[in-house]
Amino acid sequence: MKKLSIEERLGFNKFNVDDDEAHITINKEICRTCTEKPCLYACPALLYNLNEAGEMTFDYAGCLECGTCRVVCQKQGAIQWNYPRGTFGVQFRYG
Amino acid sequence: MSEERFDCIIVGAGPAGSAAALTLARAGLEVLVIERGLQAGSKNMTGGRLYAHALQKIIPNFWEEAPVERRVVKETITMITPSGSVSLDYKSQRYNQEPYHSFTVLRAQFDQWLATKAEEAGAVIATGVRVDDLLRDDQGKIIGVIAGEDQMLANVVIAADGVNSLLAQKAGLRGELKDIHVATGVKEVIELPRQVIEDRFQLTGEEGAAQLFVGRCTQGIQGGGFLYTNKNTISIGLVITSGAIGKSKIKIADLIEEFKTHPNIAPLVTGGKVVEYSAHLVPEGGLNMLPALYTDGLLIAGDAAGLVLNTGYMVRGMDLAIYSGIAAAQTVIKAKEKEDYSKTSLSHYQELLKNSFVMKDLETYKNAPAFMEQTTRIFTTYPQLADNILYKLFTVYGTPAQHLLPMVMGELKKNNISIFDLVKDGIKGVRAL
Ligand SMILES: Cc1cc2nc3c(=O)[nH]c(=O)nc-3n(C[C@H](O)[C@H](O)[C@H](O)COP(=O)(O)OP(=O)(O)OC[C@H]3O[C@@H](n4cnc5c(N)ncnc54)[C@H](O)[C@@H]3O)c2cc1C
Ligand code: SF4
Ligand code: SF4
Repeated sequence: MKKLSIEERLGFNKFNVDDDEAHITINKEICRTCTEKPCLYACPALLYNLNEAGEMTFDYAGCLECGTCRVVCQKQGAIQWNYPRGTFGVQFRYG
Repeated sequence: MSEERFDCIIVGAGPAGSAAALTLARAGLEVLVIERGLQAGSKNMTGGRLYAHALQKIIPNFWEEAPVERRVVKETITMITPSGSVSLDYKSQRYNQEPYHSFTVLRAQFDQWLATKAEEAGAVIATGVRVDDLLRDDQGKIIGVIAGEDQMLANVVIAADGVNSLLAQKAGLRGELKDIHVATGVKEVIELPRQVIEDRFQLTGEEGAAQLFVGRCTQGIQGGGFLYTNKNTISIGLVITSGAIGKSKIKIADLIEEFKTHPNIAPLVTGGKVVEYSAHLVPEGGLNMLPALYTDGLLIAGDAAGLVLNTGYMVRGMDLAIYSGIAAAQTVIKAKEKEDYSKTSLSHYQELLKNSFVMKDLETYKNAPAFMEQTTRIFTTYPQLADNILYKLFTVYGTPAQHLLPMVMGELKKNNISIFDLVKDGIKGVRAL
């Protein structure tokens, strides 16, 4: 079976993105001091990425709401994590 | 603030929350269930197998009406290497008899059905509402919940809000989750014609298969793979200790794609169409990560309390969630009779769990998490060793054959494993599992 890109995979899901409120935010200043950056490997939606300047970028659209980033991040205060507001976010049709 | 006070507010309409709601509503208590998803189940995902016994207690013969997928009659444990796999296959007609042992389920449908059962019994279910905090009185006792601008009052709150329980944390019952105490699960649901699934897995009618994998699927990282057959879909995925992923520098999102293309897995899913990609945490610390389960005015149930058994050859959370939901409800019913919602009164919950399979099974497997964490050979060397030994056993190339014993000894040596290691891991494993 063909390997799928993360964009293809997230494309199968139904999302109701909350444009007014980010449920997860990161503090880029703290990320700069983080050497291991486990979020890069552990986020199943690959929402944590480094840009060309080597700076951490994050986009909450496409979040599967698993909580992994919150658990693997060892730098206190780097991630503000919450569930999306009621009705928003991913909506599993199979689960 | 509305003046209405519920007997109980339950946060989360997963199996724990809905089982609690159903039990309370049947006893005539005023229950409100608050769920952040648009529907119960729309935020939830599982590997796929529900052990029937706990639900059977509150809804006898539930399979006659519940949206279950298939009843599991075939179990396979597979050690997987880059070039092959070694499986132990078990199929039993005993699993084809009522009361059925276990079913594959898809949670979006299943949770919605269970929530509807609670609603039919009289529980009020408010979906699409995220609870933000607990409401406390002057003495700090929990008396309800806060959701946005709304405050809702209750004699007792049951936090059934899952593994990332923000409420258990806000109640001070647990701190931050540790990355070695949880695993990240990723899963794809793959659509295939019913007949194709039955032919490929040698099933007939309502029969289903459950398969667990260890080894190459995680590239040796602590964790494993799973595959469950549904009616017209297959649930396939990986569960990997969250703390191990970051260190491995391998992306979990890539691992699942690799897994699907492994030469021994690809034929099982080929021709299928992926219809969903999901991820979720699994508590896996077992007994050693259990927080306090209650405080004044609050009980925690299911994943929120960490009630999951991960033994490597099985992941069990749903039956523990359902049973703990029932036990929490029974505790609230008893507390109402006494009009006492204090910590002391709610300690009845601990008693009920202690005397049930929940705590007994957690006790039995309390060393399993440590065993798997320490014995990394299970995820790396042993699958390869088994593959090599069987390869030599079954292969005839006209080169001189070797007796079994020296051949096995040679393989052990090649993999730097002494008989002592093998015996030690074996004994530790048998004791922990
Ligand atoms: C990959 C994977 C494989 C698994 N395999 C199996 C298996 O084969 N068999 C098995 O028995 N178990 C398995 N489990 C474990 C099982 O899925 C869980 O133990 C079970 O779902 C726990 O049920 P629960 O009701 O406690 O929590 P959940 O099902 O997580 O429900 C929690 C609910 O609370 C809601 N919620 C959370 N926070 C709020 C809030 N603030 N406000 C309002 N609502 C909120 C959520 O939306 C959700 O509906 C697996 C888990 C994973 C991730
Ligand atoms: S692990 Fe935390 S601190 Fe480090 S880069 Fe990721 S979000 Fe930033
Ligand atoms: S919650 Fe899960 S999916 Fe969402 S950003 Fe964090 S790791 Fe990624």
